[in-house]
Amino acid sequence: MARPRTYKTEALVLKGSPFGEADRLLTLYTLDRGKLRAVAKGVRRATSKLAGHLEPLTCSLLLLAEGRNLDVVAQAETKESFKALRDSLEALARAMYMAELVDAFAPEEVPNPGLYRLLLANLRWLSARAIALDESLEAALLRRFELRLLDLLGYRPELHRCVECSGPVTSAASFFNPRAGGVICVACRSRWSAGLLTVSPNALRLLRSLQSAEPRASPLITSASLREEVEGLLRHYIRYLLERDVHSIDFMDLLKREASPVEA
Amino acid sequence: MSTEPFSLAKPLARLIEELHRLPGVGPKTAQRLTYYIVRMPSEDARALAEAIIAVKEKTTTCSACFNVTDGDPCAICVDSRREGSQICVVEDPLDVLALERSGAYKGLYHVLHGAISPVNGIGPDRLKIKELVRRLEGASVEEVVLATNPTLEGEATAMYIYRLLQPLRVKVTRLARGLPVGSDLEYTDEITLTRALEGRQEFHG
Ligand SMILES: [Zn+2]
Ligand SMILES: [Zn+2]
Repeated sequence: MARPRTYKTEALVLKGSPFGEADRLLTLYTLDRGKLRAVAKGVRRATSKLAGHLEPLTCSLLLLAEGRNLDVVAQAETKESFKALRDSLEALARAMYMAELVDAFAPEEVPNPGLYRLLLANLRWLSARAIALDESLEAALLRRFELRLLDLLGYRPELHRCVECSGPVTSAASFFNPRAGGVICVACRSRWSAGLLTVSPNALRLLRSLQSAEPRASPLITSASLREEVEGLLRHYIRYLLERDVHSIDFMDLLKREASPVEA
Repeated sequence: MSTEPFSLAKPLARLIEELHRLPGVGPKTAQRLTYYIVRMPSEDARALAEAIIAVKEKTTTCSACFNVTDGDPCAICVDSRREGSQICVVEDPLDVLALERSGAYKGLYHVLHGAISPVNGIGPDRLKIKELVRRLEGASVEEVVLATNPTLEGEATAMYIYRLLQPLRVKVTRLARGLPVGSDLEYTDEITLTRALEGRQEFHG
């Protein structure tokens, strides 16, 4: 029998689910091969040397052996564990949301190093500020992440020109059309009877600046109503593209609801 | 392939399909088990089928601790020798079994039936968490031991429950997370090492 071929890669563990007696089926996002699924054998046993290196939201160096159906993790060593995420439920919920988005959008085995680096940078950022993350900063972080992710996957929303007539869209009054992936001017609006979202002038300005902002220069979103509008719009667009709900949104929203009266 | 050269007898196909739905059973294993059952003596096969039916019909979940049991309340909840002021919160009935085997715990349990896993759509509302809070409000419990798994989901669940229990002012402890017996420091991940250091104890040699 030929020896299995092995390869090394750096990966972020997106999720894991029980598999067989004591194994786990992992969904990995790798730097050089994109999204992969692989089996980690025996990791549900307490004596596993691999388990701690393969928890979700860990960045690890892996040696994988090519299998007939699924590749198998032969060795794993943590590169970054984002330990602080485990001290804050809010930070953890956001990190899980980001991982779910990457998992939901990324096709299997299509390399996208930019997407890898985006998730890695955001996990680092969240972990570094796990305890002290206020709402305006959080909103900016999540919205920027969503916009960059859409960008890297070819779903960049058009926010400047009307997706119907290519005319410029002034921020005075506009509409967003998820099906066409961008804004629509007032003149073209009448041709679409349903499925349009109104975009307020402030929201459009904010979305444009988030879309073009340098990573370290994200604007804060201090107005609660503006935060909700932009969040709602991007969530709507993402749900339209995925044709399903993003599950971890429920948990983030639940934490927010439960925290608001106490921690205000 | 355009035409199906061979189609399986319906009863075989059905059993394969049913077995395939069990956790850890792949299509190959399901086929193997099915043909094994075909060759079994009739009375053995019947005993297996009856055991499956009995486990559904004659077990229930305890309305206090939500463990799977044949009586409600369960044998542990009604046992007066057990320490009623301690409640150990676990993800799964199998965890109760493991803790009972150790013989080291004498209190009561609370089975959540899972762990928070937002990515899989499992939020706190899908677990017996509200029931835990209600149970604690109505009883004089001094200590809640959070014994969810040391996985990301288990940690999230422990953090979430801890937060909910704060207003109740009950002592909340977490199972120590240290080095597994038989492990080797060299291969230990940094989170386990950090936790093991945090939980170090004075040595009585
Ligand atoms: Zn137009
Ligand atoms: Zn009980």
